[in-house]
Amino acid sequence: MKLPPSTIILKPGNSEQNETGSWRSLKPVVDAEKCNGCGLCWLYCPEPAITKGKPVVIDYRYCKGCGICANECPVKAIVMVEEGQK
Amino acid sequence: MKQLVTGDEAAAIAAKLARVKVISAYPITPQTIIVERLAEFVADGELDAEYIKVESEHSALSACLGSAAVGARTFTATSSQGLMLMSEILFVASGMRLPIVMANANRSLSAPLSIWCDQQDSVAVRDCGWIQLYCENNQEVLDSTIQAFRIAEESLLPVMVCFDGYILSHTAEPVEIPEQAEVDKFLPPYKYPYLLDPEKPITMGAVGVPEYYEEFRYMLQEAVLKSKEKIIEVGQAFGRQFGRKSDLIECYRSDDADVILLTMGSLSGSVKEVIDEYRGHDERVGLVKVRAFRPFPEKELVDSLAHAKAIAVLEKDFSPGSTGALFSDLSGTFVNSRKSPLLLNFICGLGGRDVSSLQIREATKAAMEAAKIGEVKKTVRWLGLRETMVGLKP
Repeated sequence: MKLPPSTIILKPGNSEQNETGSWRSLKPVVDAEKCNGCGLCWLYCPEPAITKGKPVVIDYRYCKGCGICANECPVKAIVMVEEGQK
Repeated sequence: MKQLVTGDEAAAIAAKLARVKVISAYPITPQTIIVERLAEFVADGELDAEYIKVESEHSALSACLGSAAVGARTFTATSSQGLMLMSEILFVASGMRLPIVMANANRSLSAPLSIWCDQQDSVAVRDCGWIQLYCENNQEVLDSTIQAFRIAEESLLPVMVCFDGYILSHTAEPVEIPEQAEVDKFLPPYKYPYLLDPEKPITMGAVGVPEYYEEFRYMLQEAVLKSKEKIIEVGQAFGRQFGRKSDLIECYRSDDADVILLTMGSLSGSVKEVIDEYRGHDERVGLVKVRAFRPFPEKELVDSLAHAKAIAVLEKDFSPGSTGALFSDLSGTFVNSRKSPLLLNFICGLGGRDVSSLQIREATKAAMEAAKIGEVKKTVRWLGLRETMVGLKP
């Protein structure tokens, strides 16, 4: 593969190829009973690794475990659980 | 038409003739006149360009990255401490292969604080991946600045046009100013091949992870090396059109010389005078002037210096704990050469001190002496150093 002459990536949308889920040490877990589907977590997720709905669905292939969703959730439906724990 | 202009004015006029689209610069002595003139040209409607006001040189060059990335012909100018403040972005500009042109009025670095000329500033950033051209007089400032745009755009590399502060920047000389139509012919509008365009998104300046970084740096090295051909080609094309051609180096009465002086910048003019005196006494002394310091013209220097017995490198910079930068580069060039002349280094003209013909003769005599006895007694000497002041003499 011949590289372009600078650190240019000519094809957009390639960040999907870089699955960042392995970076996570804390994992957001959604309580489907509590979630009211307001979508604030979706709005704040920087990845974005959340799909809107009731309940919201987190894509763990990309979620880095930053915890912003849990912090923003107005009904405390998302809790951060240490990776490897049940 | 010939006009009496300073080096700073020559750089500003050249940028205007190049029809730059964006200028982002921060004033610093002795470059200030460049940005003042350009600001006037824009304000008076003589130049259709964006003049971006910034709060520092770091921001100035950062703004230039953006304008070059959207394909606008971009110019900036700085000096000394300003160049140091730009240093982080200098490496980004070359790594991103953005064809920015900069005028640098050579000035010494603090401390001690000094606004006067030496070449320590641009020499200190010789490794930043920019092409560096050094000018002997104001005509060369104008010619090299115009050429720099074409070299930059055709090599996808930024170019720094360096000229001695005050000695050139503030000294008026008659300069042949070309017609706008002629410069337009030489420098047509250009199109950056990797345009930053919201309609067609691309990523620029991406992270270079260990699997890719080395390849990008290799490509930069190849590009700067290859720009030698471009500098020659553009210099010849300029010569065909304007009658003044430029090259990587200039040889002055050096073809049969036993002793050759090597310099960069305005010092070359003074050295030529001294050479003529020696030639008047049938002494075979010559000069080689380095115009392109980066890319370093290794082959050209070997070809033009190898026949001599001794080379005296006179330079207005030094690397503390080592030698002058031009000297060390030249030494490296001769390492694997079958025949090497003796090499002597003279540090001179620091912080604006005049380099007199007496000092140039002192260097020439030392090189002649080395040539005669076949050895160099002292590799690095400081010309004009007041020895009692530094404790070398009581």
